[in-house]
Amino acid sequence: MGEILANATTILLFGIAYAMLLFIISVGLSITMGLMGFVNLAHGSFAMVGGYVTVTLVSGEGVHFLLALVIAFVVVALLGVILEKSLYRWIYRRPELDQVLFTIGIVFMSVAAVTFVWDNNPRNIPTPDLPGFLTGNLDLGFTQFPAYRAFMILAGGVIVAALFYGLERTRIGAQVRAAVDNRRMAESCGINTTMLFTLVFALGSGMAALGGGLGIQILGGLKPTFAFDFLVIFLIVVAVGGLGNIRGTFFAALLLGIIDYAGNYFLPSGGGFFIYGVTFIVLLLRPQGLFGKAG
Amino acid sequence: MVTGRALALAGAAMIAATGMAEAREIKVGFVAPKSGGLAQLGDQLEKGARLYLKLHAKELGGNTIKLIVRDSKRPGGPIAKAAAAGLVARDKVEILTGVIFSPNAMSIAPIATAAKVPFVVMNAGTSWITKLSPNIARVSFTMWQAGFIMGEYAVKELGCKTAIAGYTNYPPGKDSANAFKRGFERAGGKVLELLPMGGPRTPPDFTPFYQRVKDKKPNCFYVFVPGGNHSAAASKSYVQMGLKQAGIRFIGPGDVTHELQLQSIGPAIAGTVVAIHYHSDLKNPTNKAYVKAFKAEYGPKAIPDFVSVGGYDGMAAIFHIIKSAKGGKITAKAAIDSLRGWKHNSPRGPIMVDPKTRDIVQNIYIARIVNDNGTLRHKTIKTITAVRDKCKELGIGRCK
Repeated sequence: MGEILANATTILLFGIAYAMLLFIISVGLSITMGLMGFVNLAHGSFAMVGGYVTVTLVSGEGVHFLLALVIAFVVVALLGVILEKSLYRWIYRRPELDQVLFTIGIVFMSVAAVTFVWDNNPRNIPTPDLPGFLTGNLDLGFTQFPAYRAFMILAGGVIVAALFYGLERTRIGAQVRAAVDNRRMAESCGINTTMLFTLVFALGSGMAALGGGLGIQILGGLKPTFAFDFLVIFLIVVAVGGLGNIRGTFFAALLLGIIDYAGNYFLPSGGGFFIYGVTFIVLLLRPQGLFGKAG
Repeated sequence: MVTGRALALAGAAMIAATGMAEAREIKVGFVAPKSGGLAQLGDQLEKGARLYLKLHAKELGGNTIKLIVRDSKRPGGPIAKAAAAGLVARDKVEILTGVIFSPNAMSIAPIATAAKVPFVVMNAGTSWITKLSPNIARVSFTMWQAGFIMGEYAVKELGCKTAIAGYTNYPPGKDSANAFKRGFERAGGKVLELLPMGGPRTPPDFTPFYQRVKDKKPNCFYVFVPGGNHSAAASKSYVQMGLKQAGIRFIGPGDVTHELQLQSIGPAIAGTVVAIHYHSDLKNPTNKAYVKAFKAEYGPKAIPDFVSVGGYDGMAAIFHIIKSAKGGKITAKAAIDSLRGWKHNSPRGPIMVDPKTRDIVQNIYIARIVNDNGTLRHKTIKTITAVRDKCKELGIGRCK
């Protein structure tokens, strides 16, 4: 009995660590989709660039990992602002097909650009370059738990709390919620939605970059095709959670993260199938996603 | 004028008499990943091949080789097949070579047969590849060489009674795991499970698989993953998951501590034992010269790994084909026949192409990863000489 409990706890802990990563990367995608009704398939590119910035700073310049994450966040958030002001702005009101074609084009360009700057070779952060407290493992009594995953859970928890607080308790959060619910009404009340879009887009891009940097150790390294390799899983998290819903994205990430881990643990030969199965069932029963609004 | 013409005629007659042809350009088609996240392996292979070409160009007696490189992009097969077909039909290459991933070699095999072009495999290691076409010769390695030997070694020398074999789920992975199982059980051990761990395109999160291994508590955990990103992720996960503290030994073929990634895995991986046909710390003089030449050509940071040596020796085999071609004409049968029993002094030690199976015969080294003042190195602890492909020797499955 004790062993089963220990096993279940282990699976949960690993699942939650993975879920936090999924959430951090996907939440920006979810907000931009919900807020602007805009399908940004290039979201994974922001995560990828964040990852490359982190790797370069840590293993090339000897910057502390945590500081590198902050820098990656800022750099990519700024990049997000520039792209939003210069490119994305023009296609908000275009049909969805245009948006999809446009942003998938950006993904191709980002893959080529990253290959040009950092070359084709896979990158990862050499273990000796990580701060010591992230490389070992923690003894939880019933199992050894990798310190990095524990950090992932902790960091994820802090970010989730900050986002919830920001969205539910601050003035700007209220404005964002109002704009998601009814943009025209929000504008009539004097909310500058254009400004809000830019801000949210920057935040979402920065979060993606943070996730890209944090994910290097979990997703098995970085390569220029990152933006394509993980696009599907990010889209699944957003679809299952419901567009524009932070709470939905969070629970979707949790559900999919844990199921993916448990699936691989119990049935290694077919474990990867489980998240698709769950996605299928959820969307069959609730096409608008777990927490999405119908219609 | 008359004398000039007479001389030319006499010269032509001499060439005809001795069976020598005019010096010419020979086109060699090289298929390997050159873009995407796996391009690093293709680059290493090409670097090895081009280095041999550069160092030995004079031996071709005026002939030149034009290496036409085509990108196979993904491990899966179709792109490599189209690339090979184009090389044969459009570029009229006389020899096919390269190929990192087994499924790509398998999909090129029928083209080598149909077009009657010799196909020198420089890397892809699934044992039964050579069975797919009479026009294939392999100079790299077979999964059964390292896998089987590691299986026996784990029981006899490392004292493991139980093991789990984890592998990346595609043909060479299954091959490697089965080879290990056969060797391990023949020596009296028991393999608890063959554990598939994701695909070759992107490394999976290894933790659920490793947790499963941890809970089953085998003495040894044998892991096959393709080199590059996979090997870094697989080895780091071993350290992070605390399998070492749980008393589970980490072993594998050389891919798991691939030299391109070894330093980034971190010192905690020291102590891992692998079975491998080449590592750059080998002490023989040919290897010392090779490592020196490689770094001189590609910079001090370049790492001559086993993939690069496959390219290097593959080009040596191609030189042999060209040099032994009668009348300068390269035909598949004559080319492959010339490689049967071909012996070569490689950086990895003496190698030979088995006259019967057209597959590589070579030393397999048992090496331990040691921490040499902060640099991780391979230290050879045992050498098994002249190893043939066990899969064909024992006639297992598709190797029959």
